[in-house]
Amino acid sequence: MAVGQGERPDPEVERPPSSPGLDPLGRSSRILGGPRQTGIRGVLIALASTVVFVGLVAVIVVNSSGWPAVRDAFFSGENFRSSLPEIAHAFLLNIKIFCIAEGFILVFALLIAVLRSLPGPVFFPLRAVAITYTDLFRGVPTILVIYILGFGAPGLQISGVPRSPLFWGVTALVLVYSAYVAEVYRAGIESVHPSQEAAARSLGLSRAQALRFVIVPQAVRRVVPPLLNDFIGLQKDSALVALIGPVEAFRQSQIDTAATFNFTPYLVTALFFILLTIPLARLTDLLIARDRRRLLAGGGLT
Amino acid sequence: MSAGEPALRIEGLSKSFGKLEVLRGIDLELADEEVVCLIGASGSGKSTLLRCVNRLEPIDAGRIVLGGDEITAPGNDLNRVRRRIGIVFQAFNLFPHMTVLRNVTLGPTKARGVSQAEAEAEATALLERFGLADKRDDYPDRLSGGQQQRVAIVRALAMRPELMLLDEVTSALDPELVAEVLNVIRELAEGGMTMLIATHEMSFARDVAGRVCFLDDGLILEEGPPAEIFTAPQQPRTQQFLQRIIDAGRL
Repeated sequence: MAVGQGERPDPEVERPPSSPGLDPLGRSSRILGGPRQTGIRGVLIALASTVVFVGLVAVIVVNSSGWPAVRDAFFSGENFRSSLPEIAHAFLLNIKIFCIAEGFILVFALLIAVLRSLPGPVFFPLRAVAITYTDLFRGVPTILVIYILGFGAPGLQISGVPRSPLFWGVTALVLVYSAYVAEVYRAGIESVHPSQEAAARSLGLSRAQALRFVIVPQAVRRVVPPLLNDFIGLQKDSALVALIGPVEAFRQSQIDTAATFNFTPYLVTALFFILLTIPLARLTDLLIARDRRRLLAGGGLT
Repeated sequence: MSAGEPALRIEGLSKSFGKLEVLRGIDLELADEEVVCLIGASGSGKSTLLRCVNRLEPIDAGRIVLGGDEITAPGNDLNRVRRRIGIVFQAFNLFPHMTVLRNVTLGPTKARGVSQAEAEAEATALLERFGLADKRDDYPDRLSGGQQQRVAIVRALAMRPELMLLDEVTSALDPELVAEVLNVIRELAEGGMTMLIATHEMSFARDVAGRVCFLDDGLILEEGPPAEIFTAPQQPRTQQFLQRIIDAGRL
């Protein structure tokens, strides 16, 4: 009887404890996906090849015929300085939008994923609802959902229903991204071997308890990287809310650009988004590394 | 538990997976503190029988009575039933995201409603008894197979079961780790634990079991005291099976 082959510790974890991330260089080169070179020689090679590559690209760009015009339109120091404070202020709205949205998505998507993995014919209606939901909101372009909710829902004029476009913009993002994140969660839940549930149920835990204490915690750990990947997407899509009114960073840069006929504000906005997503990406790596270290070290290190 | 009732009574238990009949009318009784070993080739239905007893598998026909309570009656609270039965799996099935201590206290705190402090005290005592005190705060991946399986046994014991089911608990272990696990089971048997054990370890079965049942093709073909089954089996199938075991040098 093949009970629980999935129980073998996964190969990631079985590496000897000495290998992962003992020297900072080895680790950072692995994060960037390159081969693991160690020692000062590795640093020098990496440095040299980067300098050559970047230099080559710079030379090509700067020597192109249109460069002076592009430089003035996109890299104006004066416009950079003048638009920076306004865009920084507007970017706070982006942060607010996706922070609120992320909170709701994490909870709502998990609910959808759990509904979808309920077994048995009794729960068919709930499964059907969950499937329809994910199909629908993954199928419709985000921008359409924002338009439809942003202009449609307030138009109903139901008392008690908020009419603020910001509210409906965030709602639209929550609905769309929850559909994606629910699928990520579901993949995680299904990746936990059935023998884990059997073990939990054999202790007398209910199905809900088995999910809560045994299956979901393992599922969530496994899907942290794709989850954060979706959130990086969400951060960028917070700019779409501008299309129904609220002035966030992208909208503000449009306004600045329209006033000066200079495109530098767009670059400023891009810079803000990048500054935000890079830490999130590194955080993802950190969480994965920490989890692996903890399993290897036998706990107590967190 | 009502007096005079056996610890476990199985009557006419049948189970199919699709067209495959895995169990074809099993009748079996375990008295209190009795240790019964199930032997038989792979696929003879040993594991399925154990999984049916604690209702991890739905059954097709038959009755299972645990300490006088029919646990196959419709509308039975299965969570309540499973709290009374401990099962240990071939592949340990420890929870990899929890420390050893949490693995052991999860059942008592969540299913038995014991307070965290009390559960931890009990768990620590059990771990100490089985030589695992220093592994308390480790994660399962840091433990050897034998240690993991001992933790799995402790996890089941922490529910204070009236019956233990052991499903080929040494089959996934390196040979040199088998003994430590078997010693734990032997100790349990001496302590009066009622156990139903599916095993390939014939010398262990001969040692520890009060009765041995030979399963073949979903039926208990022959049963009796180990001395009888292992030295003078009546059924040709049993003789064949044991001969193969002896040829393989495992008895």
